[in-house]
Amino acid sequence: MPETSTHPYTTVIGLEVHVQLATRSKLFCGCSTQFGAEPNTQTCPVCIGMPGTLPVLNRSAFALALKTAIALNCHIPEFTKWDRKQYYYPDLPKGYQISQYDLPMSVDGFLEISDPLEPYAPLRIGIIRAHLEEDAGKSIHDEVAGRADSEIDLNRTGTPLLEIVSEPDLRSPAASRIFLQELKLLLTYLGVSDCNMQEGSLRVDANVNLHLEANGQRVATPIVEIKNMNSFRAVQRALEYEASRQYRVWQETGQQLGQASKQTRGWDEAAGLTRPQRSKEESSDYRYLPDPDLVPITTSPAQVEQIRQSLGELPSALRARLVREGNLSDYDANVLINQGQELVDYYQAVAAKCNDPKTAANWVTQEVLRELKEREMTIAQIPIPAECLADLIHAIQQGQLPGTRAREVFTLMLNDQITAAEAIGKLGIEQVDESDLVALCQELIDANPKIVADVQGGKQQAIGALIGQAKKKNPNVDPGRVRSICLELAMKS
Amino acid sequence: MSLVEYSAHELKQLLVSGEITSIELTQALLDQIGTYDDHLGAFLHIDAERALARAADIDHRRQAGKPLGPLAGLPVAVKDVLCDQDGPTTCASRMLQSFRPPYDATVVARLKAADAVLIGRTNMDEFAMGGSTENSAFQVTRNPWDPGRIPGGSSGGAATCVAARMAPLSIGTDTGGSIRQPAGLCGVVGMKPTYGRVSRYGLIAFASSLDQVGPLARTTRDAALLLETIAGHDPHDATSLEVPVPAYSHSLEQPLAGLRLGIVREHFAAGLDPSIEEAIRQAVEVYQSLGATIQEISLPHSKYAVATYYVIAPSEASSNLARYDGVHYGHRTDESQLQAELNARRQQLQAAGDERGLDQLDNGLVRMYRLSRAEGFGPEVKRRIMLGTYALSAGYYDAYYLKALKVRRLIRQDFDAAFGQVDLIASPVTPSVAYRLGEMVDDPLAMYLVDLYTVSANLAGLPSISLPCGFTREWLPIGLQLQAPPLEELRLLRGAHMYEQATDWHKRQPALVRQRHTGV
Amino acid sequence: MTALSRNDVEKVALLARLQLTDAELDTMTAQLGQILGYVDLLAEVDTTDVEPMAHAVELCNVFATDQVMPSLPRERALANAPRDNGRGYLVPAVLGD
Ligand SMILES: [Zn+2]
Repeated sequence: MPETSTHPYTTVIGLEVHVQLATRSKLFCGCSTQFGAEPNTQTCPVCIGMPGTLPVLNRSAFALALKTAIALNCHIPEFTKWDRKQYYYPDLPKGYQISQYDLPMSVDGFLEISDPLEPYAPLRIGIIRAHLEEDAGKSIHDEVAGRADSEIDLNRTGTPLLEIVSEPDLRSPAASRIFLQELKLLLTYLGVSDCNMQEGSLRVDANVNLHLEANGQRVATPIVEIKNMNSFRAVQRALEYEASRQYRVWQETGQQLGQASKQTRGWDEAAGLTRPQRSKEESSDYRYLPDPDLVPITTSPAQVEQIRQSLGELPSALRARLVREGNLSDYDANVLINQGQELVDYYQAVAAKCNDPKTAANWVTQEVLRELKEREMTIAQIPIPAECLADLIHAIQQGQLPGTRAREVFTLMLNDQITAAEAIGKLGIEQVDESDLVALCQELIDANPKIVADVQGGKQQAIGALIGQAKKKNPNVDPGRVRSICLELAMKS
Repeated sequence: MSLVEYSAHELKQLLVSGEITSIELTQALLDQIGTYDDHLGAFLHIDAERALARAADIDHRRQAGKPLGPLAGLPVAVKDVLCDQDGPTTCASRMLQSFRPPYDATVVARLKAADAVLIGRTNMDEFAMGGSTENSAFQVTRNPWDPGRIPGGSSGGAATCVAARMAPLSIGTDTGGSIRQPAGLCGVVGMKPTYGRVSRYGLIAFASSLDQVGPLARTTRDAALLLETIAGHDPHDATSLEVPVPAYSHSLEQPLAGLRLGIVREHFAAGLDPSIEEAIRQAVEVYQSLGATIQEISLPHSKYAVATYYVIAPSEASSNLARYDGVHYGHRTDESQLQAELNARRQQLQAAGDERGLDQLDNGLVRMYRLSRAEGFGPEVKRRIMLGTYALSAGYYDAYYLKALKVRRLIRQDFDAAFGQVDLIASPVTPSVAYRLGEMVDDPLAMYLVDLYTVSANLAGLPSISLPCGFTREWLPIGLQLQAPPLEELRLLRGAHMYEQATDWHKRQPALVRQRHTGV
Repeated sequence: MTALSRNDVEKVALLARLQLTDAELDTMTAQLGQILGYVDLLAEVDTTDVEPMAHAVELCNVFATDQVMPSLPRERALANAPRDNGRGYLVPAVLGD
């Protein structure tokens, strides 16, 4: 492979991403998946793993997982089943996690990203598999009266997770970050997950080692798994740290892959380094067995094809088109796509109607998104139809509405659920005739000889006071025009 | 005749006609329990007050002409393995001694909805593991026909209470014969339905792919009545079958015309008690006299059934019982004592400079798990957890667990082929009659081998019934087992009913309870 | 199959989270050895091309609707907890992670 970095080694990285799927209820019971509830208020006999309870698979969870896997270009086997992964931990109430072992629901996919070292050259990152499993609960350390306890909260237990495992195809921390950004874009666009890392709905573990040349031979350093990375930036930093650490260790010890067992290290964000994590040797014997309480799932090639058709244009193609057709920046395109398909559709409708994609993008990514956030609304709930926003933009373009008052009009449209024309009318905004404007300015110049003198003496900013007065007399005046006309008149008088 | 001697079917008619009340019936059974159960030990918990209140409520509703469920006013005993939020559910284990389920098992909910009176919770082998009920953490249950002998198991309490006229109907569970074997040893009818016919939701799992809930009663008609109440699809159990439930008790009386009855060549081998063999051969002759044709068939893999079962069942059990770790419910060891012991051990190792010992010493949490489980489980449960953990562990999975799953399919295929030739298969339930209490405790393998006739139906998922077909010279009951293809419960019940009509074994009462009631 | 050693049984006991006394370890080693010896009978069965059978009845595609159902009130969820603080289950400190 080409050594394009400045390091004397190639960093080889594979990522393991856990994504919480956006279902209402848990994977195997009816408890809510809402984040932030009081501890142990979203549990039932099933997710507490009480004796006698049985799991039943959430249809939406499987559908969302399938949609994602297909969007990741995975092969969908016709038959998939459920397995129990057994280990003891207080946040795992059944003593096993329901997961998928030897026959996962999807395998052999890829995600295309742009190469950070050679922008615009697409890189294809392999996906080994993506499978569905249940989440565990949380342990919180609780120091009570000198006694060290952990408090267990099972609210998160049984939440549906999609585990996506990449091939070790990533060759730099920067590429890893781009992969994650691209993956997040895809998942949020499809609406399968909110990918909120703070709330734990997207979690990343990384496997990393180095390939380098020693005495004319290619060698690899032992693989290390890194955990506890809480942002994409942290992933990049941890990988950068870990690569240089491994290089240092290799220089000191010469230890190669196979000469040491796989190590797990935790990223310490504050200290900016990774530390070894203890793991008991027996803990890796998970004693998988097919879950007798759950039945297998079959998916036909026809079903897969139907889902593939329904996906439509995926983010990378969509972004390329928005950039190409609307002359948007990559950034603006990503902001739109990140909000999901509905917002993109809204944007496209506005852009088509007003015939100014760039301005439409500005309106949607700024005013519209800000209002949605403030009013805790979704795009489907916004009372301004795309055509009405397009009319607003059109009015500005036609000079019927001064740009400075556009936001005012927009807010009124939202509050009163009226059209742009109605809002403009209600606010009494009308085009000011050029001769009226000149007359108004002349009136102000005549009434303010002091300001005229200041301007003539070189203090152009003094004109600002006149702009204020003009707006009081007629709120429809364009401040820019007032300024230039007044300056002209002042110099002439 | 005392009320306790009537069949459920007869009692239902008496209740419906108003000749008796549920209160009278419930009280009569509570009295019977009061008289015999201190000695027999069939029940783990009785809530007389609740049962009588329930009976009173049903009587009131009946008098008011309100609609009532199909079991209205009939007392039913439930094996202590099905969750009931109105009381304890212990699985006869110290682990769950203080467990109070916050929900009802589907079967329990259906019994309540059918207006049954849940009269008490019956004893069993701990977590349904065993064939003698000697593995209960709490008490011994005795066989009413000879109190020095085991009642069988794991549904030993369920069979004993029916045989001793302490309940007309009872619910058991069957993972490898746990309904049929005690039914056979106690001289009552016991049935394991097709896997998936009855919901497992709320049944505390032993081996999930084998467990099935079923009825015990004194007649096939009563078993049919109870089965049709508890059977049917349940959305809470993904393995439950979405197939309509026939009204078994209605078409029971139609004999099976042209019945082809199979007997299995491999079943009549060394180790089968001659008196049992004789009883089975006579039962087959009864069928012949009723017009059935008898055909000898072969189930070539039947000799592997016990070995297959004792890999699959413990493997699933080791997983199902992992949840009992003393964290969220169930028994937890004394934590202060645990910490003190760990600290003392740590100091000892430090003083000795034993680095390896220190490294291997359990942390507090691991030790808590290990002690809680060691204290909460009895020896048989531990043995099966160990066996299953081993069979699933790295390096052994293919040789044991996977191999057993493959042989399981061969066993099922044997049955599929056999049912191409015959309608029902007749066999013994057990190779020997009830043994003496304590006789087999130290020989687990010998105890496992006793399951040879019953485990196949669980492995293959077939319905199977055990019914009384005779006695030994010492008046110990002998059971006849019939097996049918999946979902052919009605065929099975009709076949059993034919035999029952032609014989009177099911009418015999154990001497122990008979003495008191003769002449009434 | 190779014979089961006492050391093997000790390892399995840790995996199974059971604390066995020395006497129990001895008995368990003997009994498990005996049972496994019997189970080895399966080795003689030809299972070439036989699919494993993990379920007694082989169903497929059973789902539940994605619908929020009431959870247990916290007091009821924690009612069976051996030790809790009214908010959560308490256990000896979970180390590492
Ligand atoms: Zn739940």
